[in-house]
Amino acid sequence: MTVEAATVNTVTGEAATASTVAGDAATASTLAPRSVSLAGEPPHEVDDAALRRTAGVIRRVLGKLAGAIFVLWAVATLTFALLRFIPGDPVLLILGTSGSPSAAVVDATRKAFGLDQPVLVQYLNFLGGAVRGDFGTSYQLKIPVTTVIGEQLPSTVQLVVASVLLAWIISLLITVPTAGRGPIVERIGRSVEIVLASLPHFWIGIMLLVVFAIGLGWFPVAGGTGLTGLFLPALTLAIPIAGFLSQVMRESFEDALAQPFVTSARARGASDLRVRFGHALRHALLPGVTLTGWAIGALFSGAVVAEVVFARPGIGRVLLSAVLSRDIPVVIGVVVVIAAVYVVVNAIVDILYPIIDPRLSR
Amino acid sequence: MNAVSKTAASAHAPGAAAATTATDATNAAPATTAAATTAAAATSDPRTRPRPRWVRDLAAQPGTILAILFALFLLAALIAPNLVAPSDPYAVDPANAFQKPGLAHLFGTDQSGRDEFSRIVWGARQSLWVGVLATLIGVIGGLVLGLIAGLGGRIADAVTSRFIEILFAFPGLLLALVLIVVLGRGIGPAAVAVGIGSIPGYARILRGQVLQVRQSGYVEASRALGWSPLRRLRATVIPNTLRPLVAILTLGIGQAVVWASALGFLGLGAEPPTAEWGTMLADGRSYIQVAWWIAFFPGLFITVTALSATAIGHFLQKQFEPKKGR
Repeated sequence: MTVEAATVNTVTGEAATASTVAGDAATASTLAPRSVSLAGEPPHEVDDAALRRTAGVIRRVLGKLAGAIFVLWAVATLTFALLRFIPGDPVLLILGTSGSPSAAVVDATRKAFGLDQPVLVQYLNFLGGAVRGDFGTSYQLKIPVTTVIGEQLPSTVQLVVASVLLAWIISLLITVPTAGRGPIVERIGRSVEIVLASLPHFWIGIMLLVVFAIGLGWFPVAGGTGLTGLFLPALTLAIPIAGFLSQVMRESFEDALAQPFVTSARARGASDLRVRFGHALRHALLPGVTLTGWAIGALFSGAVVAEVVFARPGIGRVLLSAVLSRDIPVVIGVVVVIAAVYVVVNAIVDILYPIIDPRLSR
Repeated sequence: MNAVSKTAASAHAPGAAAATTATDATNAAPATTAAATTAAAATSDPRTRPRPRWVRDLAAQPGTILAILFALFLLAALIAPNLVAPSDPYAVDPANAFQKPGLAHLFGTDQSGRDEFSRIVWGARQSLWVGVLATLIGVIGGLVLGLIAGLGGRIADAVTSRFIEILFAFPGLLLALVLIVVLGRGIGPAAVAVGIGSIPGYARILRGQVLQVRQSGYVEASRALGWSPLRRLRATVIPNTLRPLVAILTLGIGQAVVWASALGFLGLGAEPPTAEWGTMLADGRSYIQVAWWIAFFPGLFITVTALSATAIGHFLQKQFEPKKGR
């Protein structure tokens, strides 16, 4: 594709120096056969094409939205169904194991949590509540699940955003200077990336704690608030993601560096730094963006480990204590929230993809 | 970990250059460079047969050799932990609690004076057993879904693919955590939970593999030869779908050990006195300010196990794959 784009670029005689990143991509979007005649077309036909394209975008967005809602409904239903299979009476989970509660208390609790109704009614109540953002009352804390999650979510969001930023910084620092520097550099780079990608969170966290919090005393050992408390947990989550990101970005960066538009940029006398940042980088970013969509979902569930290692509040620890105490409404609530983040982020990535890479929107 | 990456990197650097270019050239373009390579070989000794490809690949990858050596050590720990470990992993010795790593105790001792190295050697059984069981559950589940999607026609494919997509919306450990609520805590439930949690990943890979095989030339040829659908399936589609399975299994065991250890670390796997790597790591987290080694060494073993499985898996993948450009 880019091969053709580059030829079009030279054939139409566009001022070569003006074609920067945007130029590379823009010429690529109007591909070979049509681009020649396009310049001579009357303006109203272009409007028509633009209109059709807008309609296509709207249809695509609506399609993605419907798909996302379906997946979310399925996740909520599947989780609800799975947790109905738990052996034992949920009322005993609510009341706790100590002592033997009277029949009246059991009945009252059963009624209060809506557990006296048939399963189908419970399910419909659950769905109706979930649509309004109400996941019922926690068995353990006896307060609304939404309140529990609402209090802890900002801390986890902060952690995930910081991790994604750190992961991008690390992988750009690894790949941009080293990609396409010959087989030895490539082998070292690839080995480092594989190692980074397969480091487990819990061990990175413990290493960072031992070295930077206990050994050097630069960061708090547990529960630090603010930036100093954020850095080590975010780095813990960022390191494996950076390994994955670098792997895919190195691949596409090297592909981009072999493209004719890079050769022509070099021939025009562009410096190596300019070729890498100005021309090749944009092409290398594309698979990284897709991977980030996946990573954000994984980070929300990976946050459990980071939050436990660093004794940091967040929905990961809420989930863990809910799993340990079988606090079913909280488990369902956190699962739906994490799945919603995953689904929404991936839908956004899907919608944005053709905008970042105009070659994909026909 | 840093030690391993450094040795791997430095081992790659010096001698590798010549070997790499030679193997790369022969792999990439056998037709054009075959003459050159044979000529080069002929100058040294005309009668030596060219060494098999896997030997050449291995010689160019010292990292993989290290990984295989580590795997052999684990195998020894699995078969005869009493011979590898210097002492009883459960022998409590309060007088020797929190001993630093040294000659008496290679990896130090924990809060009860138990020898860390012995616990890690015995713990290999627990951790690897969970990893293998989880991988088998995941691969079998993934194979069933992948075969239904790949062979069952358009509707079956659409339904199964949607189902896989839904499972993917439980990212990372999430599905395993939900299953732990249902199954309860313990090492068996952890294996099952990790196994089911890994099904969507395997299903997606294997579905792709089935579809790719179905569209290949040899399946078309078998159809042209007039083979019955069943014979086509048995003789071409199934074996070629399963061909990369050894590599997938190896890669998967590393991942499963990490996930199971994460559950152990979170207190959802084996109960505390058990010598299981994840559980030992969780134990060590409590004493991290006084004795870093209690958490460090189990984590190191989990990590190196995962890395070795990745290295060996990639190596096997390359051996089973037909020759390709990259």
